[in-house]
Amino acid sequence: MSLSNEQVGRLAHLARLAVSDDAIDATRAQLDDILALIAQMQAIDTNGIEPMSHPQELAARLREDAVTETDRRAAFQAIAPHAEAGLYLVPKVIE
Amino acid sequence: MNNAPLFDAPIAVLRHALDTKAISSVELATLFLDRIEALDSALNAFITVERERTLAEARAADARIARRESGPLTGIPLAHKDVFCAEGMLATCASKMLSNFTSPYDAHVVALLKKAGAVNLGKTNMDEFAMGSSSETSYFGPVVNPWKPGHVSGGSSGGSAAAVAARLAPIATGTDTGGSVRQPASFCGVTGIKPTYGLVSRYGLIAYASSLDQGGAFGASAEDCASLLAAMTGFDARDSTSLDRPAEDYAAALAAAPVDAARPLANLTIGLPREFFGDGMSGDIRAAVDAALAQYRALGATTREVDLPNARLAIPAYYVIAMAEASSNLSRFDGVRYGRRAAEFTDLADMYRKSRGEGFGAEVQRRILIGTYVLSHGYYDAYYLQAQKLRRLIAGDFRRAFGACDLIASPTSPVTAWPLGAMRNDPVQMYLADIYTTPVNLAGLPGISHPCGFDASGLPVGLQLIGDYFSETRLLTAAHRFQQATDWHLRRPALAA
Repeated sequence: MSLSNEQVGRLAHLARLAVSDDAIDATRAQLDDILALIAQMQAIDTNGIEPMSHPQELAARLREDAVTETDRRAAFQAIAPHAEAGLYLVPKVIE
Repeated sequence: MNNAPLFDAPIAVLRHALDTKAISSVELATLFLDRIEALDSALNAFITVERERTLAEARAADARIARRESGPLTGIPLAHKDVFCAEGMLATCASKMLSNFTSPYDAHVVALLKKAGAVNLGKTNMDEFAMGSSSETSYFGPVVNPWKPGHVSGGSSGGSAAAVAARLAPIATGTDTGGSVRQPASFCGVTGIKPTYGLVSRYGLIAYASSLDQGGAFGASAEDCASLLAAMTGFDARDSTSLDRPAEDYAAALAAAPVDAARPLANLTIGLPREFFGDGMSGDIRAAVDAALAQYRALGATTREVDLPNARLAIPAYYVIAMAEASSNLSRFDGVRYGRRAAEFTDLADMYRKSRGEGFGAEVQRRILIGTYVLSHGYYDAYYLQAQKLRRLIAGDFRRAFGACDLIASPTSPVTAWPLGAMRNDPVQMYLADIYTTPVNLAGLPGISHPCGFDASGLPVGLQLIGDYFSETRLLTAAHRFQQATDWHLRRPALAA
């Protein structure tokens, strides 16, 4: 199993990662190595085995529907790259 | 009781010195801050040290001690892995992405230790987002092994392990997703424990792989690890995986006198997985581990072979699950709410791509890309679901093995600390060295690594003990009995100031 540069580009797009054209060959080669490692799993017959998503069998905890957090908007927005008037600012998305 | 200098003293001795006013917390903190200043430029174990903040915490601890309100860790200095958030301090996770991130809140673990009166010396270096086994992927440069310049500290909690080994901190927190406490403990010649998944709250711990991440503790000995771990555990409603269980007093369990002083481990059966004692480990490691097992038998323990037939599948299963969860967890870093935003971009999509492309290092990007791949349409069943099924098989192997033994022993790593840069271009080679630690995380079991010797070049070797769920007391007690009879944990590296 090996990836094409187009597939790497597609993955980078899905992951919202800028991978430069210079780096794509090296990245692809290393991703191929990792895929070769994990391909070992395919040989194992796991028919009928229940997937294990989590080490503890836990039910979701419920709590009272009550406000427990205090308003710390100013503290949280103080560390934002660009915030103004209580809003996070990003480049315009709608023309 | 102990004539070691205070920077090298066990927590119990520091506790006594503080309580009898032989030393103040401010003096103790200053002792360690001065050591960090003198020695850390060669080790790079710390990312952030704020002397004034530390001294303010120490003054508050001294006031508590004066009021006779001190607990086991009041006034004791410690270091936190930079994956934990502490209010008002940088929490970088060793990433360029978070190199400007000052946390507005405390992680649960940090809050618990503050409440206990422990004094934070600073934040330790690590692999970027805890992704690595050598602490070389840090944006702030690699951690250097205190035992040998030019060698790695292990990872991902390499800074915490190196800080404790070099006595820049008496104890330190870490996290363990696939071995990130136990393996650096082994490489740096200190003791490190990863408890059962769910015992330590992950609130405020920057997530890597959520079904595997767990907080842990480093110390020079099992006794010191017990003191720290006891203060880190406890239910936290803000972590949906936090377990609500009665607190255990590990230190008291260790202090209890054994029934048979000559054979304190007489009722302990240690399983030796056939699959872990075959080929693949170096001769020096084999010899050190065999000698440690002989010591355990001399202490009364019985050893027997057990089987973990699916353990060889742990590496691929672990990396698929960890990378899948990482790709999801790290999608939060988008340059909008916190962290780094690219300086130049054309539109919103370009801002995401560039902020992430510039903010994440190469290993983090590889793991995000593979994680994205294994979760994508058409591949999910073949990779992610298959890995979760293997996870079930591996957990089942442990369940059966613990029917025949109380603890399982293995080397912590098949190799000792490698030279800096040796695996930089071969990530898969580094992944393969996690063979003995990753199965433990997949099952969610507790594990400890303690020093048990050195290789021919003078680098430490660690022994791993694995326990059944919630057997932290048994793990710590076994390691403690071993350390009462041996002095590997008392060896210290020669450091150049």
